Amino acid sequence: MDAKNLKVVNKPVAKMDAMGLACGEPAFTDDVEIKGLLCGKILWSPHAHARIKKIDTDAALKVPGVKAVLTYKDLPRVPHTTAGQGYPEPSPYDTYTLDNKVRYVGDRVAAVAAETQEAAQEAISKIKVEYELLPAVFDTFEAMKEGAPVIHDEEDSKNIPDAKHNIAAKFDFEVRNGDWFKEADHVFEHSWKIPYLQHCAIEPHVTIAYFDNAGRLVLRTSTQVPFHVRRIVAQALKIPVKNIRVIKPRIGGGFGSKQEVLEDIVAALALKAGRPVKLEYTRKETFISSRTRHPATCRMKAGVKKDGTITDAEMEITLNTGAYGSHALTVMMCSGSHTIPMYRVKNNIKFIGRSVYTNMPVAGAYRGYGATQGFFAWECLMDMMAAKIGMDPVVFRKMNYIKLGEGSPVFKAMGEGREGVEQVITSTGLFEAIQKGMDEIKWAEKKAKYASQTGPIRRGVGVACMMQGSGIPEVDMACATMKMNEDGSFNLLVGAADLGTGSDTILAQIAAEVLGIKADDIVVTSSDTDITPFDVGAYASSTTFISGGAVKKTAEKVRDMIIEVGAKILDKKKEELRLADGKVVAADGASCPLSEVANTSLYYYNQHQITASASHFAHTSPPPFQANFAEVEVDTETGQIKILDYVSCVDCGTAINPQLAQGQNDGAVVNGISHTLSEEMEFSSNGTPLNASFRRYKILSAADTPPVRSFIIPTWEPAGPFGAKSVSEIGINGPLPAVANAVYSATGVWLFEAPFTPDKVLKAIKKAR
Amino acid sequence: MKNNIIEMTRGFFNITVAVNGEKKELAVRNGEFLLDALRRHGWKGTKKGCDTGDCGSCAVILNGKPVLGCLVPAVAAHDGAITTIEGLGSVREPHPLQAAFVEAGAVQCGFCIPGMILSSKHLLDVTPNPTEAEIRKALDGNLCRCTGYVQQVAAVKNAAKTLAGKGKRA
Repeated sequence: MDAKNLKVVNKPVAKMDAMGLACGEPAFTDDVEIKGLLCGKILWSPHAHARIKKIDTDAALKVPGVKAVLTYKDLPRVPHTTAGQGYPEPSPYDTYTLDNKVRYVGDRVAAVAAETQEAAQEAISKIKVEYELLPAVFDTFEAMKEGAPVIHDEEDSKNIPDAKHNIAAKFDFEVRNGDWFKEADHVFEHSWKIPYLQHCAIEPHVTIAYFDNAGRLVLRTSTQVPFHVRRIVAQALKIPVKNIRVIKPRIGGGFGSKQEVLEDIVAALALKAGRPVKLEYTRKETFISSRTRHPATCRMKAGVKKDGTITDAEMEITLNTGAYGSHALTVMMCSGSHTIPMYRVKNNIKFIGRSVYTNMPVAGAYRGYGATQGFFAWECLMDMMAAKIGMDPVVFRKMNYIKLGEGSPVFKAMGEGREGVEQVITSTGLFEAIQKGMDEIKWAEKKAKYASQTGPIRRGVGVACMMQGSGIPEVDMACATMKMNEDGSFNLLVGAADLGTGSDTILAQIAAEVLGIKADDIVVTSSDTDITPFDVGAYASSTTFISGGAVKKTAEKVRDMIIEVGAKILDKKKEELRLADGKVVAADGASCPLSEVANTSLYYYNQHQITASASHFAHTSPPPFQANFAEVEVDTETGQIKILDYVSCVDCGTAINPQLAQGQNDGAVVNGISHTLSEEMEFSSNGTPLNASFRRYKILSAADTPPVRSFIIPTWEPAGPFGAKSVSEIGINGPLPAVANAVYSATGVWLFEAPFTPDKVLKAIKKAR
Repeated sequence: MKNNIIEMTRGFFNITVAVNGEKKELAVRNGEFLLDALRRHGWKGTKKGCDTGDCGSCAVILNGKPVLGCLVPAVAAHDGAITTIEGLGSVREPHPLQAAFVEAGAVQCGFCIPGMILSSKHLLDVTPNPTEAEIRKALDGNLCRCTGYVQQVAAVKNAAKTLAGKGKRA
């Protein structure tokens, strides 16, 4: 199968919300006027670890305009997780809306709602808190030691595997086929490190909580997971799900940070004040008190034979989950499950994973989700092995990467909170991706040219290959509903959360393809828990594959209903009919427009609304594949790395919308390059973040961004809608190893610690000499 | 407004300002920045991404120059002329830049786009046929985390061509 005969899918249909957004139409959470809206503010902890001995809100309550002040005393104590995952969440229940203990600088202490921002701010400053300071721990390895401060010493938290040693999640797994490293000619062992990284969605976290005319709580919020927000807010505040409506308007980027349910506190403020409340994080608050990527130390040990066979591989990853264990287990699992199967390992495989609490900001979901951390190690190690046995890194990868029809014991062993599923690769364009990338970067030519360089400026090329998943198999579920209108147009209602990715558009394209109409004949409404059917939300690279599957099934049901009516109108057998160009068409050419079908069904004959719903979940998670090539120039005297060219070739099956898929890949790659070259949250010795602003935490701007070229390698995934797999996350994982490998090829120096800032590069160069 | 003196009533300054070609009397708070004043008066296309002058989402054109709404006191716009994203075009009648951004696939989440389009507008006003480096420099103050800037640079190039074509016809 291929995408050749498709009419709407695989076409660059304009993103349906783009023009409104380009014209500044009020579309985002904060773009509405709500009468009587109060301003919410949170008092954040200045201490990394402390118990609240006394908290006095009298003076705060006396500030004119203050309508509500909340401390832990005012709220039910419900251990829960803020991780917006399917129920029951595989993250520990270690978080309270407000608690009598603070666990990092930036933790919630109290909350205020007032008529104005100034009044709210003043009230915050008048809350008197007496803290009992507790010893704090900032390093994962220190935190696991006997006698380290116990961050979660509360008795009512749930599912923490080893609170006494600050272990929020752990998993060990081994495949044993003989003695370790017995067959290996060379064995390598190193550790790679990734620091605290923030998502930097340009729209900060913002929620407006208000009440509808029946007194139900409405949360208009910038979220990737509206249904999980409804469930978790209901759980945390002990209110029925039926009393909450969650609306996701347009969202100004998420990248995983908005897969986090932080809406409980603004909901509590609104309920306490009996008034609508807006809580908008400042940029600083977004950096510190929303979520980050899990910093990691990934130790890998692998053996290789002279002929290029990888004999054994061991990965030990230690993630810093910060003060709470949001996504602690699942990010850790993905760091192995999305990476180890990439290459065939002949004998033994071992994975040791630990997610560790520290008194640091809370890590959560972040595009790449563990694979970023794992692939940095695995792909650099691949180049080390190739260099040692004198094989071209591309040839070495081609020899070992997972091929069509192959599986891995890791798929079954490592799931996300439960056992994984067995699967084999049912589509792959990695070979073509590698070929295309080599051609574009001029691999052979550059390798030869850069083989003999002198002087302080050195150039090199590097490669890194990637895989990811498409949704969480047998966990993620999505549903869609369609209904037909008089003019032959349709409403498509989906729970899927478009956070700027264009999922509304590609889901319309899928439905339009099935129904033989144009994408703009479909009006999409997404992510309103009162109106749209359930969907787990936008994460795990699931929307195209899972939600797209639901939309395709729904449209097929609708198609059958249309044909049923069309058969009556045309007096034909159903089997003779198909849908094309907005009509029901018979084999002999007779036809009737969809509008006639709609009017017949609504008004004339056997009246009924043509409408259907369908759900979809998957037994497999077909990985997209990607080949990344970087060309770099290193100034060995200053340590400055310049990326001269970056080519990224991605196999996402059928790109439902090639233009949007390219945009997804470009964005992921540039975010990854930004991680590689400059990003790192810095902290003082007492855990206070030092660079929580765009001025001091540098993300790449247009002028900083090196040339990035994305190419889509078409394949056909039989399990996906019209052959599609995922595309959103994979690209972020490539730059760290691809650039590190290019730097090695340029200078002979390995980099083990991100970001590759001049000081670190220079240090590595000096150490190597 | 009399003799360029701003009058104050009940804690609000009354400033006179032409927003998108239309003269308005706006009541602004003491200490209020242009971004907040514009949003409070209904121009929601101007976005707040950082409030510290680093992200560019609140860029507007004030008296012919691109400025950051979060750094300009609202009173400083008194007697001036502001172009916000709403003043460029509408969904029915988009400006060539808006059309070009949509066509190139340059709009993902769209939060940074109004500021970016206004920076581009100013660039094309002063440099009708910019090089890629000039485009990247003009967009340097507008951070985007979704796109990687590839399609946005393409959009500005395309819009420059469209605008040049229009100029010739006129």
